[in-house]
Amino acid sequence: MSNLNIPLMADVAAEGKTPEVLFWVGCAGSFDARAQKVTVAFCKILNEVGIDFAILGQEESCTGDPARRAGNEFIFQMTALQNIEVLNMYKVEKIVCTCPHCFNILKNEYPALGGNYEVLHHTQFLQQLINDGRLKMKEGGAFQGKKITYHDSCYIGRANGVYEAPRTVLESLDNQLVELKRSRKNGLCCGAGGAQMFKEDEPGNKRINTERSEEALASGAPIVAANCPFCITMLRDGVTAAGKQEDVMVYDLAELIVDNNGL
Amino acid sequence: MIQQLIFAIVTIGAFVYAIKQFSKIRRNILLGQDEVIEGDSGQRIKNTLLIAFGQQKMFKRWIPAVLHLFIYVAFLFTQIELIEIFIDGLTGSHRFFSSILGGLYNFIISFIEILSVGAFIGTLIFLIRRNLLKLPRFHTDEMTGWPKLDGNLILYFEIILLIGIFSMNGADMVLQDRGLSHFANTGDFAVSGWLGPSLFSGLSEGALVGLERFGWWIHILMVYVFLNYLPSSKHLHIMLAFPNTYFAKLTPAGEMENMPAIMNEVKSMMDPEAAFSEDMSMEEELPEFGANDVTGLSWRDVLAAYTCTECGRCTSVCPANMTGKKLSPRKIMMDIRDRADEIGKNLDSGDLQFVKEELRAEAKELTAANYDDGKSLFDYISREEIHACTTCNACVEACPVMIRPVEPILKLRRYEILTESAGPSDWLPMFNSIENTGAVWQIPDARDKWRTEALNEQS
Repeated sequence: MSNLNIPLMADVAAEGKTPEVLFWVGCAGSFDARAQKVTVAFCKILNEVGIDFAILGQEESCTGDPARRAGNEFIFQMTALQNIEVLNMYKVEKIVCTCPHCFNILKNEYPALGGNYEVLHHTQFLQQLINDGRLKMKEGGAFQGKKITYHDSCYIGRANGVYEAPRTVLESLDNQLVELKRSRKNGLCCGAGGAQMFKEDEPGNKRINTERSEEALASGAPIVAANCPFCITMLRDGVTAAGKQEDVMVYDLAELIVDNNGL
Repeated sequence: MIQQLIFAIVTIGAFVYAIKQFSKIRRNILLGQDEVIEGDSGQRIKNTLLIAFGQQKMFKRWIPAVLHLFIYVAFLFTQIELIEIFIDGLTGSHRFFSSILGGLYNFIISFIEILSVGAFIGTLIFLIRRNLLKLPRFHTDEMTGWPKLDGNLILYFEIILLIGIFSMNGADMVLQDRGLSHFANTGDFAVSGWLGPSLFSGLSEGALVGLERFGWWIHILMVYVFLNYLPSSKHLHIMLAFPNTYFAKLTPAGEMENMPAIMNEVKSMMDPEAAFSEDMSMEEELPEFGANDVTGLSWRDVLAAYTCTECGRCTSVCPANMTGKKLSPRKIMMDIRDRADEIGKNLDSGDLQFVKEELRAEAKELTAANYDDGKSLFDYISREEIHACTTCNACVEACPVMIRPVEPILKLRRYEILTESAGPSDWLPMFNSIENTGAVWQIPDARDKWRTEALNEQS
């Protein structure tokens, strides 16, 4: 295993260099213990392939997605304009995100504020690396022939129409993909979006993540692949609530690649 | 001659009344804010052809799609027959097109008859589905009273219309066989060619002529009833599905509209020089952000509300709704329409009590601009409903006519937070945290602590 290298944008810029791509870590990727693992896993892949990248580190702020969706445009504009100032200062052209919410807002909503970048979700980025032959999967890896199911996140799925990229990545692991009953365009939300993550549920008779986790458990797959830190939290909570946390694991696609290739 | 005169009077009456009703709908839609339509018109035309005309999104559910297609195609083709009815009605001719089109006429009418049988079967199954099978999406809270009756009425109308068509054509077939000169030979139609003789062959000539006229009048009267029932019915979708699809946003479903007013204000806060360069009038009325009423929404949202067919596909896939929350995207659209209707009715009354209180003393007439009845959309839509949305866009994906219920929901949220400074208190720590620390959670750690730890771990 090669040494982990996670350059900071400020350091790279100080050397007068511009990295090929900025890895936007996001709040969950930075602070949530579970999502941090995905962040590191993705960095390992970037290192392995030899991608020239950097992160903003402490210069990164929340993109403002939950504030905007809760209705708080002021908070959104403040944090977004600040981010755009930083991104434009570093002349960032290409961004990759491990969070679909960051991806959606950077890609679709920052341009109206003066932030124009090529934005990719990490599943799209990984698909490109695989298609270009830059990222090769080890044969006979840990997931060969194993049943894996995939949960479409709303924000790369319906919000942006990305359904195939994550599936291509999964197929490259040579596993047996079991589709959930509600998948692709019909995928069911995990319950976190629209700032729901940051408040109690409205009164109802079931939690949304319970509904989705039950469906994932019904697939019979021991591994649930996801692409969003909030989906991972929600699904893991649902699986744990059903007492299945020992039998069913919820992973991000990047983690599966790291596992497969022993990075 | 008397028949032609009655026909002309009834027709003019039906159209005058319909035009009046439809112009009210137009007025109500335009209560919404002006919004510029952006994007490629080629794509819009393509969407209209595929999704509205071609019913593409209906086919996500095969059974209702096929049944609906029968009724829809039958409806489209019956328009040919309708044109003939107008000509015959006004000139006193009988089956005007038959002499012009010759053999083709038989083919067209036969085709319409076959479609009508399909529509009849479709209608019966729809009635059964709606009333006996108890499909959950037709039996939610918002589907009681008028919406429930509305859903069934159209199916009864359809059956009456079909009875009209077949008694008209069936009697005609028998009369043709008897060689009456008024009933020129058209050849046997596909359905009434055998249905007519087998049902009506025993009737006298007078009874047959009467039956033919009865069918003809039932047909045209049902059309006029339908025309004037549309404006108060969900069946307005047969017209509005087309403009609604054409004007539907082409942007990704995940994209929320920017608020330039707030963006500029925040920009000027961040850049003090800009603040002075702009003309900041202190006398300006405090602006309202977001929407608490139809007048704060876009005209496009109101058009969508009038387009909604209340099919409930949105609600049936809504994660909040299926887990027992109060939110139903369909109800949101129905509420917007009901509220627009309410404002429209009050405006029509011209009653000055609906003028904004501060303007009432001087007001001479009631207009949309000075209107205030003290109510808002929040009298229809509860906070609980808008708070339950996960913005997952399942409703947007499900809608066969390109309605985006998420948009008005988010505009209501914006009003609540920005104009009322209200909203779920749970969100306050998140807002404060983003504002003060740049993270969604109030965490004392540095944002890149994970990096330091990961780098330390390997060394």
